[in-house]
Amino acid sequence: MEENCKNCMEQKLKKEMEEILQVYQPEKDNLIQILNEVQEKYGYIPKLAQMQIADYLKIPLAEVYGVITFYSRFTLQPKGKYNISVCLGTACFVKGSQAILDRLKSKLQIEEGQTTPDGKFSIDSTRCVGACGLAPVFTVNNEVYGRATVKTLDEVIEKYKNREE
Amino acid sequence: MKTMQEIEEIRNRKRKELELRVNTNVGTREKHILVCHGTGCTSSKSEQILANFKKIIQEKNIENVRVIKTGCFGLCAKGPIVIIRPEDTFYAMVTPEDCEEIIQTHIVENKIVERLLCKDIEGTVVKKLDELNFYKKQKRIALKNCGVINPEDIDEYIAFDGYKALEQVLLQNNPDEVIQTIADSGLRGRGGAGFPTGKKWLFTKQAEGKQKYVVCNADEGDPGAFMDRSILEGDPHSVLEAMAIAGFSIGANKGYIYVRAEYPIAVQRLRIAIQQAEKYGLLGEHILGTNFTFTIEIRLGAGAFVCGEETALLESIEGRRGQPRVKPPYPANCGLWGCPTLINNVETFANITRILLKGAKWYASIGTEGSKGTKVFALGGNVNNIGLVEVPMGTTLREIVFDIGGGIPNNRKFKAAQTGGPSGGCIPEQYLDTPIDYENLSKIGSMMGSGGLIVMDDTKCMVNIAKFYLDFTVSESCGKCTPCRIGTKRMLEILERICEGNAIEDDLEKLEKLAHTIQKTAICGLGQTAPNPVLSTMKYFRKEYEEHVKQYTCKASECKALAKIQINPEKCKGCGMCKRVCPAEAISGEPGKTHHIDQDKCIKCRSCIQKCPFKAIGDAG
Repeated sequence: MEENCKNCMEQKLKKEMEEILQVYQPEKDNLIQILNEVQEKYGYIPKLAQMQIADYLKIPLAEVYGVITFYSRFTLQPKGKYNISVCLGTACFVKGSQAILDRLKSKLQIEEGQTTPDGKFSIDSTRCVGACGLAPVFTVNNEVYGRATVKTLDEVIEKYKNREE
Repeated sequence: MKTMQEIEEIRNRKRKELELRVNTNVGTREKHILVCHGTGCTSSKSEQILANFKKIIQEKNIENVRVIKTGCFGLCAKGPIVIIRPEDTFYAMVTPEDCEEIIQTHIVENKIVERLLCKDIEGTVVKKLDELNFYKKQKRIALKNCGVINPEDIDEYIAFDGYKALEQVLLQNNPDEVIQTIADSGLRGRGGAGFPTGKKWLFTKQAEGKQKYVVCNADEGDPGAFMDRSILEGDPHSVLEAMAIAGFSIGANKGYIYVRAEYPIAVQRLRIAIQQAEKYGLLGEHILGTNFTFTIEIRLGAGAFVCGEETALLESIEGRRGQPRVKPPYPANCGLWGCPTLINNVETFANITRILLKGAKWYASIGTEGSKGTKVFALGGNVNNIGLVEVPMGTTLREIVFDIGGGIPNNRKFKAAQTGGPSGGCIPEQYLDTPIDYENLSKIGSMMGSGGLIVMDDTKCMVNIAKFYLDFTVSESCGKCTPCRIGTKRMLEILERICEGNAIEDDLEKLEKLAHTIQKTAICGLGQTAPNPVLSTMKYFRKEYEEHVKQYTCKASECKALAKIQINPEKCKGCGMCKRVCPAEAISGEPGKTHHIDQDKCIKCRSCIQKCPFKAIGDAG
């Protein structure tokens, strides 16, 4: 049963990937554009997708992997349902965003780039969200929380923790 | 597809319609409610505000009022911002719930909503945009249309002389003259290094090759800088038009905009702008009925700071890891896919049409001898008026930080200003009166950079700041050359030792020597400038480094390991809470009497500070 399910998933991914790929010419310079779209859709770049992209663009899998690991936007691990991202741009840093990140790590007991075991939260740090007027800033998925303090962070985490599926 | 005549008709018709945006004395019953839709204000619900206004106006069936989304007004600290024209009333920190009152009081009853007016730092209530000190010393050239037009409506851009420069250039059909005008204006690259733009255009034009490209560098990676983003969000057509002009001048038919994927609003507005320009025949084949063809494609970056370096950016467009190429050959001769390529930054492009329309002489009359025109800065950090500022070159740092920026919040003292991001340096108080231009900034150990300007107050530890920047460079180093890959890492290790109190005196000398070596040997701008934040802080704040190394103290208490946690005997009631919570058994004291922390045992976990009910425990500076 489980085996079947895995197959279904793979089939589904394959089909979706074909849809993404057909928009692009099979030329190498489209690699980063394709990866951006896959990252956006799945929250990470699954290995099967990598293989399919390599086939389509006729480049070695190692090259696809090399590009993924070079750019910080691309990840190989799925992110949590709620990805909390603390801005470590200079404007936020001088206003105390490091303390917010430290607090977040100790509260969720994970490091940057990791996801909690229940898959609910993941932590990221970014370099400038672009909302410097609201510094310090953190985001949960696309929601921006500005003029943040350790206290607002605590409240926000609680809010998402208690949110029903 | 439109002819030049049709474009001119749109321009004249729209211009009349929009006169009230720029002229407070226009006699009209119409009102425009402008709602800022830059990233800052959008993050604090300006989209909801726009929707609410529209809904209320429809419900109440109010005529002669339009609600318009615009780009950044600049004063991000007071966002979300709503401006009502023609009277130019400036409402700050508006919430979606305030919309009802604004419509009822301002629009229906024609009275000002006093409580939403913006206050200047001294507390004076300001009714109009121009009355704010923040705007008084500014001169808007690159940001001319930001906050005035709807960036998603090409007609509004056309109304304010949009695509007029392109028309002129195509009609006159003299690329050399265009390049000469740019050269005469004295415009220099706004991406940081300040290479003369006219020269760059000329070199690319002279380079041999059938296929040439124009690239716009919109990979604004400097943390804390948001000038280019604001231009793209507020006035995307100005960049498209300038790229087409550049294409015509150097003989290219294809342009790329390399923009950060982290700027979704900018990307979206660029997409809309390109579509609209194509529809009008201002981009594509046979532009405005001539033989000139120029198309523009967007390429998204994926979060690599080094891709702001021009050759790394080219690698990235070609679909590879963004590792810089060794120069020469320069992109002007050998760029994208080996073809001659002109790369300019967003702000540079945003100046082009204004120069062509108003003349090189006019542009050259602004600024200092070596640096002409204006510069946009993203003012941030410990300063009251955080936001986007455009000032003539030669304005002093004091004017920017204190007159425009409104000084330092919470009555703190100015300590340093950082320009140029991870490639720049920290400027101390004694240089506050230096006129800012390319030469002066590099003379005092910093650089113009892309325009990030972060103000720091006296609670900041400069060693920690240097460490912050180096940490950034280390994680963004592409790894191609040894000085940058390994050298910056060793520098960071030394800085970490200093901040942790494990450094020896020799370390400072080592740090300096290593910094100079990396400056001389790294292959690209990122590596060569990476030591700047360290060298400039070592030069101006040497005492702080020495305190860290010799006395094991961080007076700002920012370096955790050196922070000295003490109990204030005047406030301590001897409750013993701190003693119980201390995991290191470093606290001693009899119940009811003043407690004491044994510094040798203290692990600086700060648990006691949080636990103390009398706020008696804190850092000793």
